[in-house]
Amino acid sequence: MGKGKARTDGPVREISCRAVADTVSRLFIEANTELPEDVIGAVRSALEREESPSARQALGEVLENAGIARKEKLPLCQDTGLAIVFAELGQDVHITGGDFNSCIQDGVKKAYAAGCLRKSVCDPLSRENTGDNTPAVIHVEIVPGDRLRLIAMPKGGGAENMSAVGMILATSGPEGIRKFVIDAVVKAGPNPCPPVIIGVGIGGSIDLAPILAKRALLRRVGEVNSLDTRIAELESEILIAVNKLGIGPQGLGGKTTALAVHIEAAPCHIASLPVAVSIQCHSARHREATI
Amino acid sequence: MKKIIQLRTPLSKEAVSVLRVGDRVLLSGDVYTARDVAHKRLFEALKKGGPLPISLENQVIFYAAPTPAKPGEKIGSVGPTTSSRMDRYTPLLLQHGLRGMIGKGRRSAEVAEAIRRFSAVYFGAPGGVAALLSKCVAEAAVIAWPELGPEAVMRLTLENFPLIVLNDSEGRDFFAEQR
Repeated sequence: MGKGKARTDGPVREISCRAVADTVSRLFIEANTELPEDVIGAVRSALEREESPSARQALGEVLENAGIARKEKLPLCQDTGLAIVFAELGQDVHITGGDFNSCIQDGVKKAYAAGCLRKSVCDPLSRENTGDNTPAVIHVEIVPGDRLRLIAMPKGGGAENMSAVGMILATSGPEGIRKFVIDAVVKAGPNPCPPVIIGVGIGGSIDLAPILAKRALLRRVGEVNSLDTRIAELESEILIAVNKLGIGPQGLGGKTTALAVHIEAAPCHIASLPVAVSIQCHSARHREATI
Repeated sequence: MKKIIQLRTPLSKEAVSVLRVGDRVLLSGDVYTARDVAHKRLFEALKKGGPLPISLENQVIFYAAPTPAKPGEKIGSVGPTTSSRMDRYTPLLLQHGLRGMIGKGRRSAEVAEAIRRFSAVYFGAPGGVAALLSKCVAEAAVIAWPELGPEAVMRLTLENFPLIVLNDSEGRDFFAEQR
């Protein structure tokens, strides 16, 4: 998973908490203001395929918005997201000068203050805002090597609300998975700011499937699952089916309801087939760095 | 593409009665932001017969919470949030004179009916293009419940803000007709 040459038994390399916080801060500001090139490319291709004036206008606005946001360093969307961090921590790294979790949270605080990003995190019951967009949701994986890969993903609430997870019949097969995903997209309709990117996690457990689904969103848009041709085929089938739904950009009708379907899979219990759908709006923001 | 209608707030019943689903509108004038918690508070205040921090009569509520303005700027990025979360509170607000709403996504059948009954309108604004939309906001000021942070009620002065009519005063529903 990690970039660079992974060593299995090297000397310990020190990375300071400050470097982690600074990197996390920079990544969240950049992610929120610069739409990734692959997303821009996918929107451009969609614009070429669309014929309806409303679909073309909606996609044109996405491109125009990306240009303004990049040039003026303005957030692409007013919903600058719940901060999600994927960290791949090399086992030969020694974090110095503080604790790893706190320095990531500090980086998020710094980004949301300095970058004039919206603070969108609150207590689940009182709904009182935490005031600094923390806590971030952090997924850490220990990997070989002496590097730290950090991925910042500001995730908007509107699209996240349209996500779904379920335990479907173990023997449902690709047909059952296809139905589960399409049902979620139909139910979401215009709400999650289509065209969306659909991250799907199949297998694992009730907790693993949504993480797989979210990780699938980190792939370059339209890059197929390289590990399993059956999965790659299912991605393509679901994308074709979803784009026949007619929901279209901003839900105003058209051929582009989704830009891509990315599926990640893991083995699961013989009794189970967990399926999770993580819906990503067209403002598919994520940014990474390796220290 | 249909012709574009220019409107200025406050909106009269007569002004919204001619709007039809699918119409493109450029809206100017003052609107008020309110989303989840602010709606709950407005709803509860109306239920108790208490005063509201804003008058709803012929006004437009924008389901939005902008990003903080950069130093020297009037407003940060601004755009619509998903409207359906406000559905349960909306009919009562419409009954008290609210004339228009700006958001994104579908409304419930109850909201569609209340929009017809009270001669109002629900506009869709494009989602996820908030840097672009910030160019159509001339002024912004927090006017109530600053403790809600981004969810505070703000007065935004719009200038040719691009909208599409999604629910009209005849009871029509853009997304229901599309299905």
